[in-house]
Amino acid sequence: MWTWFYKLASPPHVFGVAVALAPWLFSAAALAIAYGLIAGLAIAPPDYQQGEAFRMIYAHVPSAILSVTVYTVMAVASAVALIWRIKVGHAVAAASAPIGASFTLMTLVTGSLWGRPMWGTYWAWDPRLTSELILLFLYVGVMSLRSAFEDPARGDRAAALLAVVGVVNVPIVHFSVVWWNSLHQGATIVTLEGPKMPGSMLWPLLSMWLGFMLFYGAVLCIRVQAEVLDRERQSAWVREAIKS
Amino acid sequence: MTVGAWEAFWLIVHREMRLSFRRPEQLLQPLVFFLIVTTLFPLGLSLRLSLLKDIAPGVLWVAALLASLLSLDSLFKSDADDGTLEQLALSGQGLTVIVVAKTVAHWLVTGLALVLVSPIVGTALGIPTDAFATMLLSLALGTLTLSWLGAIGAGLTIGLRRGNVLLSLIVLPLATPLLIFGAAATERAISGASVVGALYFLAALCVFTCTLAPFAAAAALRITLE
Amino acid sequence: MNSTPDGLTVDKIHVWRGDRHVLRGVSAQVRAGELVHVSGPNGTGKTTLLRVVSGLLRPEQGQVSWRGRSIVSHRTDYQAALAYAAHEPALKGDLTALENLRFSVGLKRRSSAAELRGALERTGVSACADLPARVLSAGQRRRVSLARVIAMQASVWLLDEPYANLDAAGSELVSALLQGHVEAGGLALVVAHRDLALRCNVRHLELHS
Repeated sequence: MWTWFYKLASPPHVFGVAVALAPWLFSAAALAIAYGLIAGLAIAPPDYQQGEAFRMIYAHVPSAILSVTVYTVMAVASAVALIWRIKVGHAVAAASAPIGASFTLMTLVTGSLWGRPMWGTYWAWDPRLTSELILLFLYVGVMSLRSAFEDPARGDRAAALLAVVGVVNVPIVHFSVVWWNSLHQGATIVTLEGPKMPGSMLWPLLSMWLGFMLFYGAVLCIRVQAEVLDRERQSAWVREAIKS
Repeated sequence: MTVGAWEAFWLIVHREMRLSFRRPEQLLQPLVFFLIVTTLFPLGLSLRLSLLKDIAPGVLWVAALLASLLSLDSLFKSDADDGTLEQLALSGQGLTVIVVAKTVAHWLVTGLALVLVSPIVGTALGIPTDAFATMLLSLALGTLTLSWLGAIGAGLTIGLRRGNVLLSLIVLPLATPLLIFGAAATERAISGASVVGALYFLAALCVFTCTLAPFAAAAALRITLE
Repeated sequence: MNSTPDGLTVDKIHVWRGDRHVLRGVSAQVRAGELVHVSGPNGTGKTTLLRVVSGLLRPEQGQVSWRGRSIVSHRTDYQAALAYAAHEPALKGDLTALENLRFSVGLKRRSSAAELRGALERTGVSACADLPARVLSAGQRRRVSLARVIAMQASVWLLDEPYANLDAAGSELVSALLQGHVEAGGLALVVAHRDLALRCNVRHLELHS
């Protein structure tokens, strides 16, 4: 049974799956995001409290969810690669890291832009944004560590260990930052939570979330193809694939 | 007749202590750095002493973190450079015991030293003496936890170019909970509020890290040794 | 096929270093009382092979067994029977020769200071016992690392360039030690650029690029 699993996780097989899936994921992502944007920006009514500003939620919340989801995927792939020595795990982790970092950055930027009308300033040490900032540092750490090694195999393993150690810490960091912020209550009365959600506001949000997930999957497929080819460039199947 | 884990632990701690005390100037460096960084803050604030007392816990903690991190780079470096790390790895004791012994020994000469010096720094920053008990306890727990996080980071970055920068980059985000709760505990001790919650959380973090970090650090060393 | 596996079995080891296929399916069998001389031009993976056999480096494919059991799963037993001397003498500069021995051998087996001094005397550096290792010459450090190998009383010796930095007397010493070890039933894997000139059972393993 395990041989079946190893075969499933073998580089040529994963490469093939990634090539096949990518176009579908891109199309589905485009549809979901298109619906989300149109319904969210044009159709949903403005919030009585926040006005038009709340619409930033359609970019901010899905990015935030994805930033943590991608880190988790990266950590799981890293753990699989470290424990069972399945090298494709390293390819998935390496492919995911910059995507996750980009989502985190997007969360910070959209959060900051959303905060401006709410708080009057671009940065007010809101707990959620602060813990996103620390998440960004964690991503940067993993990426820097991977690239600091001359031997890419060792770089992969080191970055994988760091990703696993980091994922354990993400909830701790988040909790600590939220607690820290509660000490300074009154500094930010309005949090980036958005209004209570009637259907017309909720559906576009869910659609954006789905769209972002699909988009992550699609970009992951593309990047995994490149990572796998790079890591396996010495093997026969890659040379065949390049020739054809 | 093979050597048991405890015996090996003490032997390695003994080795580390002997090595540390053969170069006593090296032991002073993190302490001096601690003092220098804490001096920078009042200078940067134009010596407005009233403001200094308010930010004292944070300043103390940030300085202690940075001073600890500076010295953590050397946890495995010397052994890796002269090849004795390989001998330790092949000693039959397993990397976990070795890592625990080295990290504990390192904390005794670095973290603990910072804790003992902290009353001086605390007084300089205007922290009242009745807050010292909390300050010392929180720093002791915090530096120990940090030593463990640093051991993982050090294990991953041995021999890399500018490894000490990378080490700080990796460890500091992971250390933010420590900083938050440690500084908060000290602050509450100063203002007279209850410190129990913060200290409990700090202790929980410490126990959690001390339990899991040795395995992560040993794994890091295994990756580096290959 | 061996019915009762004895000694070290190296089975089709493959190691890649980045893009370089350093070891390609290397196999060997070293029984008690045997010595294998690993030779070959620079860069052919001799040190890599030794590190794989010691367990420091895990090969991509293939495995090493000691007395029929994988050295990965029976790490503790294997390491207890192993003495590894790398190309660098691996001594702490700030510790004396005796202290170096005490803190490394002491993790493997209990030994008295007298025993350790005896080992240093056998390798001709008893005068250096209480000197910090950083003041010793390269040849003296090599002798101290050999004393460590002796003091460990291991059955498996993995030596990487044990003759390096030694004069004629030192080289004779190394040969004598190897001879004695093998005759007493131990086994050894030795990387060396020169002929070993031993009177015992020497087999050769030559690595090519």
